[in-house]
Amino acid sequence: MTDTDKTPLLEVRDLHVEFHTRDGVVKAVNGVNYSVDSGETLAVLGESGSGKSVTAQAVMGILDMPPGKIPQGEILYRGKDMLTMSAEERRKLRGAKIAMIFQDALSSLNPVLTVGYQLGEMFRVHRGMSKKDAKAKSVELMDRVRIPAAKARVDDYPHQFSGGMRQRIMIAMALALEPDLIIADEPTTALDVTVQAQVMDLLAELQRESHMGLILITHDLGVVADVADKIAVMYAGRIVEQAPVHDIYKRPAHPYTRGLLDSIPRLDQKGQELYAIKGLPPNLLHIPAGCAFNPRCPMATDLCRTDVPVLADAGAGRRSACHHWKEQLDA
Amino acid sequence: MPEPILQVRDLVKHFPLTQGILFQKQVGAVRAVDGVSFDLYPGETLGIVGESGCGKSTVAKLLMRLETPTSGQILYKGEDISKLSGRALKAVRRNIQMVFQDPYTSLNPRMTVGDIIGEPFDIHPEVAPKGSRRAKVQELLDVVGLNPEYINRYPHQFSGGQRQRIGIARGLALRPEIIICDEPVSALDVSVQAQVVNLMERLQGEFGLSYVFIAHDLSVVRHISDRVGVMYLGRMAELGTDTEIYDHPTHPYTQALLSAVPVPDPEAREGRERILLQGDVPSPADPPSGCRFRTRCWKAVERCATETPVLAVPKRFAGTGEGAAHLSACHFAEEKDVVHTAA
Repeated sequence: MTDTDKTPLLEVRDLHVEFHTRDGVVKAVNGVNYSVDSGETLAVLGESGSGKSVTAQAVMGILDMPPGKIPQGEILYRGKDMLTMSAEERRKLRGAKIAMIFQDALSSLNPVLTVGYQLGEMFRVHRGMSKKDAKAKSVELMDRVRIPAAKARVDDYPHQFSGGMRQRIMIAMALALEPDLIIADEPTTALDVTVQAQVMDLLAELQRESHMGLILITHDLGVVADVADKIAVMYAGRIVEQAPVHDIYKRPAHPYTRGLLDSIPRLDQKGQELYAIKGLPPNLLHIPAGCAFNPRCPMATDLCRTDVPVLADAGAGRRSACHHWKEQLDA
Repeated sequence: MPEPILQVRDLVKHFPLTQGILFQKQVGAVRAVDGVSFDLYPGETLGIVGESGCGKSTVAKLLMRLETPTSGQILYKGEDISKLSGRALKAVRRNIQMVFQDPYTSLNPRMTVGDIIGEPFDIHPEVAPKGSRRAKVQELLDVVGLNPEYINRYPHQFSGGQRQRIGIARGLALRPEIIICDEPVSALDVSVQAQVVNLMERLQGEFGLSYVFIAHDLSVVRHISDRVGVMYLGRMAELGTDTEIYDHPTHPYTQALLSAVPVPDPEAREGRERILLQGDVPSPADPPSGCRFRTRCWKAVERCATETPVLAVPKRFAGTGEGAAHLSACHFAEEKDVVHTAA
């Protein structure tokens, strides 16, 4: 057992994902490395098209292949590469050991089945429970995610619940088989702020209780600051910066992170004109040579236009994929 | 103080709920907007915030007269436009334009950018004679920061931020005085959102526009607004300048809303007080009696269920000139700073 204690719960190594389309090869993920331990929260932050969700789907094994393709990389669950497993082995991990929470609870739930039936399905299929036992388990789960009057509502349909309650049902479903790792893809993006706060609190508390690993995928720098232990910032299919949560907000080591932080309006003070990162995110069919961020970067030099920066150690547990990370840290 | 350009008085919109197919009878109403009043002054930005279902988008549609109010008045320069129709309404609409939330569905995919931005001129040909339209459209593209040569492209050839610029250009085409923006940046990524917000501020200065800026993102609203109104379940809970609302909120709902906003700064978060509201927003078809917020409020007592609080300056703050002296619809209005770190 001493050996497994050292291997991370999940480790992604040099993962590449591409999609073959009529227009060419879309390189969605270009060499991503990250790891999560039990009880740890990793936030993967990025804008649309940065590859954050595609990476998660590859980990979950729910990528559409084709058109998707994983030309290289490893996804290690407790040291075992999931990409070389048989479909049968992977299916046993999915749901039981690694579970996922999606953004849009309404479209992730089946509208013509009761929530009790859908929650119970986990126990019937994976655990072979009887219908009656599965239903009792569903009520228990609904209680655990604090849905009021769970017993009375277990036979309700998804449309009878509010957005926040539906997301709680999704969380209950992910928790059902007591997984080691939960991947939450924008779990609160569709919710109002007051409800978002409730759901994030619940998720953080459940994680503490059961000591799970959590990968939180989001575009919201605010949500991340509240719950994450460490952050990986993605841009154009690569991780550009990785750091413990406190450091990244105080002193980012990558100009893209700096730009993102500066472009958010502040709640506690009225600002002047907002800083805006110039230009647009790159087209993934034609990622710029060198550093993908160079056309939008205020610090770009000739080196940035030719050489791809690697994610290198920038001291104190942080890593930055920028040729000029030292200058950025001192800026 | 200058004359307000738009005065909204007791605006009400109820959507009937009916039962039966052939003989539809009304069994109730969704009280989407239930007595909202505010003024809009020339050149200012009035932000309206609130959660889903609070009626903020219905207010936008009512101001545009895309919906007809059940009762109440909308005075544009002193003239009530809430009952206008036909030619008179068309004339007013020239001065009140709208920018929509979703830049993907609010642009017709089969029309070129030039046709989309130029379409307002078909309805109001007096603004731009036929021959000068193309030049006008190109000028508008330039104003919103798009290449004028893109005039013959289609919406799908643009990114989300660029599409929102097209929507803004269309809103500007008739040189309106008021632009109603319904969640104009919420579908955009952070880095692009900042570009669009800056553009809107620049245009406001350039053309002397008044904005009604509706959004659920409190940080964006603070950034762009001069005054802010907080809506809850069809009513205005609190209304004041941005400093009054954000630094001196007196309504419990505003305080809860502000404290729930995740702040991108882990250190500021630790010093902040969090107010976690229980439960969900009640259905607007069957709102609570008295104060609408009482079912989720930690201060609620019996009086809140029987007596509806009016939107007024709380008596004990009136005339003090303090930040708390602004409109608040709560019996127990009390100042509480939830945004800044407790020292």
